[in-house]
Amino acid sequence: MSNFSKAFSSTLGRKLIMCLTGLFLCSFLIVHLTGNFQLFKNDGGLAFNQYAHFMTHFTPIKVVSYLLYSSILIHTIWALIITLKNKKARPVAYAITPKDGSIWSSRNMGVLGTILFVFIVVHMANFWYKYHQGYTPLIEYRTDLNSGATMSRTISESEFTGYVSYIDNGIEITKSEDLYLEVSNAFQQWWLVLFYVIAMAALSFHLVHGFQSAFQTLGWNNSKYRPLIKFIGVWIFSILIPIGFAAMPIYFFFK
Amino acid sequence: MNLTLKVWRQKNSTSTGKFVTYKAEEISPDMSFLEMLDVVNEGLVKKKEEPIQFDHDCREGICGMCSLVINGEPHGPKRATTTCQLHMRSFKDKDTIVIEPWRANSFPVVKDLAVDRSAFDRIQQAGGYVSVGTGGVPDANEIAIPKVIADEAFNSATCIGCGACVAACKNASAMLFVSAKISQYAMLPQGQPERYQRAEAMVMKMDEEGFGSCTNTYACEAQCPKEIKVTNIARMNREFFTAEFIKG
Repeated sequence: MSNFSKAFSSTLGRKLIMCLTGLFLCSFLIVHLTGNFQLFKNDGGLAFNQYAHFMTHFTPIKVVSYLLYSSILIHTIWALIITLKNKKARPVAYAITPKDGSIWSSRNMGVLGTILFVFIVVHMANFWYKYHQGYTPLIEYRTDLNSGATMSRTISESEFTGYVSYIDNGIEITKSEDLYLEVSNAFQQWWLVLFYVIAMAALSFHLVHGFQSAFQTLGWNNSKYRPLIKFIGVWIFSILIPIGFAAMPIYFFFK
Repeated sequence: MNLTLKVWRQKNSTSTGKFVTYKAEEISPDMSFLEMLDVVNEGLVKKKEEPIQFDHDCREGICGMCSLVINGEPHGPKRATTTCQLHMRSFKDKDTIVIEPWRANSFPVVKDLAVDRSAFDRIQQAGGYVSVGTGGVPDANEIAIPKVIADEAFNSATCIGCGACVAACKNASAMLFVSAKISQYAMLPQGQPERYQRAEAMVMKMDEEGFGSCTNTYACEAQCPKEIKVTNIARMNREFFTAEFIKG
């Protein structure tokens, strides 16, 4: 065990921690984006609310969610530790900053990461906290299983005893917390939409360096894999995923 | 050519330095950067002033002794070139040139532009060697090494240990140097006996010397006068993690 702690407290070990937590957060982005695509369904939020309930009540996912919260914290705290140590390595600064051919985002991961951390706090306060504290409005859906038509109505707390979904006389009744409405309401504020779009731009720049960098840290950088890693890092993680997320607030604002 | 130089002058490692402005006049464009400094120093000696201290040795671009951050770039503006091989024709008449030492906590300034790079020697001593047989002389080429491997190891071995990677890195990290030294042995059969022990010992020594960590900006690769590749750093990571987590 003492060997492991020695390895993890070395400069390479600390980088490995950044790399593994970072890649785990990248994998989460795919799941989060795929799930949130339910927001675009024109069903009054039924699919999204069912999905939100599943994600917060299915035990394996709850376990993974704690792994996720700790990854965010570890990634942030280790970044601070590494940055402070790196600053110590050059106490006297250059009069002229070396021109070095590096990309802007690679030199500014800390700034981008700070924007993302603030974003995560705001984002969780907006939705995660309200949902978990039961501050979300309530809704009842009635789907006629023969015609497929769905009706919905807002319900009061007295009509709600927790999430239920059952079939009664050919009608599927679902009572749920209405996170969809919460999302829809939040994104009527232009400044919040703007903040989300800026944060997703920061995500894009963070990942254009971060994703490829993680593989370099793992030692997986050679001529065979580099083009594939670069392709995935640029096209999927720093273009498609941020655009996908940014589309959600914009969609609700203009809907 | 007539130039204005802003040179970092520092008495010793404990004093704080400052920039002093000098005129370099009637400089030939065919002089090397170090010859230009020699001319300036001759002028200073004639005026009974302290000459500017800078490191140099072979002046052929192979010893790794010369340094200098010139206008923000280690070894100056020309790629794949050491300061001694940089010629004044790379500058324009009436240019102002800012000359600084390598700046890193692990490379304390000895005087002016000369820094103490013995941290590199200590890292090398920690594991940058191979064990050799002491029996009879083996036949040449007795150990078969494929050409691609030999070339790759040779490329890593061209590192002259000048420290430009540390100077260029925003974190003053020595990883390009250390990874080149680990790589040149890791790929060859002669390096196998101490392979993982070497990776661990050299990385630990590098940390002990107080160099920063890599944030993969690849400034080191861009500024390396010997064009050492960052794939060496990836290899070092592999060697180190294997040593720590797999080999035990």
